[in-house]
Amino acid sequence: MDAAASSLGAAAPASVPVSLSPARRAWLRFKRNRLGFWSLVVFSVLFVLSLAAELISNDKPLVARYQGQWYAPIVQNVPETAFGGDFETPTDFLDPFIQQQFDKPGNFALYPLNPYHHQTINYFAKQPSPAPPSADNWLGTDDRGRDVAARLLYGFRISVLFALALTFIGVVLGVITGAIQGFFGGKTDLAFQRFIEIWSSMPELYLLIIFSAVFEPSVSLLLILLSLFGWMGLSDYVRAEFLRNRQLDYVRAARALGLSNWQIIRRHVLPNSLTPVVTFLPFRMSAAILALTSLDFLGLGVPPGTPSLGEMLQQGKTHLDAWWISLSTFGVLVMTLLLLTFMGDALRDALDPRKADA
Amino acid sequence: MSQSLLSVRGLRVSFSRKEVVHGIDFDIAAGEKLALVGESGSGKTVSALSLLRLAQGAQITGEAQFDGRNLLALTERELRGVRGADIAMIFQEPMTALNPLFSIGDQIAEVLELKQGVSRAEAMRAAIQLLADTGIPEPERRSRSYPHQLSGGQRQRAMIAMALACKPRLLLADEPTTALDVTLRVQILDLLGDLQRSHGMAVLMITHDLNLVRRFADRVAVMENGHVVEHGTVATVFGSPQHAYTRKLIDSRPVRDVIEPAQAVAAAPPVAQGKSIQVRYPVPQAGIRGWFRKGEFTAVQGADFSVPAGRTLGVVGESGSGKSTLALATLGPIACDGQLQINGGSWGGGAATDKALRRAVQVVFQDPFSSLSPRLTVEEIVGEGLLVHATELSEAQRRDRVLQALAEVGLTDAQFPGLLMRYPHEFSGGQRQRLAIARALIIEPRLLVLDEPTSALDVTIQKQVLQLLQRLQRDKGLSYLLITHDVDVVRAMAHEVLVMKAGEIVESGPVDEVLERPRHDYTRTLVQAAA
Repeated sequence: MDAAASSLGAAAPASVPVSLSPARRAWLRFKRNRLGFWSLVVFSVLFVLSLAAELISNDKPLVARYQGQWYAPIVQNVPETAFGGDFETPTDFLDPFIQQQFDKPGNFALYPLNPYHHQTINYFAKQPSPAPPSADNWLGTDDRGRDVAARLLYGFRISVLFALALTFIGVVLGVITGAIQGFFGGKTDLAFQRFIEIWSSMPELYLLIIFSAVFEPSVSLLLILLSLFGWMGLSDYVRAEFLRNRQLDYVRAARALGLSNWQIIRRHVLPNSLTPVVTFLPFRMSAAILALTSLDFLGLGVPPGTPSLGEMLQQGKTHLDAWWISLSTFGVLVMTLLLLTFMGDALRDALDPRKADA
Repeated sequence: MSQSLLSVRGLRVSFSRKEVVHGIDFDIAAGEKLALVGESGSGKTVSALSLLRLAQGAQITGEAQFDGRNLLALTERELRGVRGADIAMIFQEPMTALNPLFSIGDQIAEVLELKQGVSRAEAMRAAIQLLADTGIPEPERRSRSYPHQLSGGQRQRAMIAMALACKPRLLLADEPTTALDVTLRVQILDLLGDLQRSHGMAVLMITHDLNLVRRFADRVAVMENGHVVEHGTVATVFGSPQHAYTRKLIDSRPVRDVIEPAQAVAAAPPVAQGKSIQVRYPVPQAGIRGWFRKGEFTAVQGADFSVPAGRTLGVVGESGSGKSTLALATLGPIACDGQLQINGGSWGGGAATDKALRRAVQVVFQDPFSSLSPRLTVEEIVGEGLLVHATELSEAQRRDRVLQALAEVGLTDAQFPGLLMRYPHEFSGGQRQRLAIARALIIEPRLLVLDEPTSALDVTIQKQVLQLLQRLQRDKGLSYLLITHDVDVVRAMAHEVLVMKAGEIVESGPVDEVLERPRHDYTRTLVQAAA
């Protein structure tokens, strides 16, 4: 479809102009920005890979064959006795004894690319933790002997998922509140603005500290708390767009035709007010990732044991000599934020009404 | 021609490899008034701006000899010496061209300090003298005013004073009167003419207004699509235009083509009738009293009018005269006092009557770019009224009605393949205005409120749109309430006319009577300004 449209446009640019919606033209402009477009591609690939983290980095083999029988340890819980061990406990597949069993003829185990889960403690490491990068642990281990690469992969996933959820909630709340203020204006706007001023002067960080003391810290608690305060910036932009668009002639014409408020918002004002929302998406995501990271760094974020970039930075700070922890976490963080920023820049240019498209 | 002050040869301007000015030549002798005429997009403004390299992001080639120097080959530093001192510029919109944070005296004095190195006190004195020269009353007091405290005409005078501060030898005037009211236009133009004579400077006037050219310029160059298609003295170009485009421009003055409606239609009661209509706005009051109560501004004062069936009532006036307010009151969104009857009903009588009235009264706005939502297709835009007023139609029937309405305004699928699926940005200003008319007509209203329907359009397009409106009136027996500042448009379109000034109707009657034998002074000024 896309290829057909562009080849048609190339063949007869003037005589048969292909009719494109404004959103589609913005997408074409975005694609023309190679840095932004490839950032989107790389980021999407990384995100999809991290969604399948269990298949890439896990301490359980994907499939195993032992004495003529097939196992899928990644989905089933196999006791050690099944593989000739002594106890009914879940198998530790990193145990040299178990690995010896699989090395016997007829048996085999297909391990994931990186044979560690984020929680896996490598009891059989050749060096004390934190251990520097080696053939076993590509990016070394942290102070509890957990594989840094595995923790980064899972940590990246949590960060991005968290950022997506926070951005989504923030956008929905921000658009709804901004739309109400901007469209109805007057007293509604005045009341809402005062409410926002009061609400935004609440000390967010103290609330987080208090709540993390009162409640069991969890990702969802963090999401709720950050969402409560995260919608206001966007709401202001949407409000301003609505205030501007509602007095344009096409809205007045729609009123003259007798459309209801809801129809006018849905058909006319909202679609024309979403430019700042879309432009800010990547920047909001990177802000959300940074917020989660810094809260984790301060120990106010996700519960202990959760793989998180902030917690790894905290470890890197404690163990300055274990450079592989801080350096690799830093690398992942910088790459993520940079990709998002490049996307944001490209998106902003693509939606800039002053930039005509060639 | 031998003693030319500025001589431009082969000027080409392009933006991101797209050429918009294709090698134009023109000369201005010292003390001469040259007008560069063309429609929007003809490249006239860009050509002038690029002489001082003020067009952003433009690639400029060619030659512009000014006083023995090629302006286009000067370094940025040398050019800065030329700007303001030898060649000055005035812009269309004085409100945005003046800095709102400084008083106008300061802004004029700054030019003098920078360019002539005089002391602050001397510069201020000179600034006051310049303001006096441009005819601003109480120049001493006015020099301490900020741009927002001045009226539109005074702002334009202040900008002229600023441009003339260093006695430039060439003044570039980019549509200097377009943003002003008609009566002010004449004054500013006369002022420019006087100053031009007393300073002996040359003026390059950029404009789309042929009346202005006739009144002001010695010679004229006509531009079309980045080419100068014709140039010569005003008398020869206007007297015997050689190029087809020049002829088209000169012929673009709207032509009167209205007929008296058929007996049956004419006998019907008026479509809209207002008796002592009054519209007031609350405005914030200054001082501590403003905390407790709002002041009131009366936009329309005791207006009586009636729009006869099948005919056009023209409302002329300057900005702020209340003519648009009157239109909006008729249209519904503004509440008014007095008796307003539209099609036998009145606004505010509940949702059902309002809906019936909406069907009877529709509107076409001035700016075709802001009156169509950029994110809807033509089908969605034009068919919108049917969603409210003809909900019983199926999708196919609706599409038929949309196509029919589009055909009535002269837009067909043959002309624009895939017309229904197109977006507004693919259409020109005139075509967009046709879409807006189709949107209003699809629900078959009896009264169409036309709020400056052609003011944002180029002259040749303006004529076409007016002809379309005239034809639609004849075919459908529509009534128009035509709001405009342009006496030519009223003369071409209206049966009856109201002249408004400062919220009041100063004169009304049949169009030929009012415009040919104006009784009120203000009407006389308006008519003279348009001639």
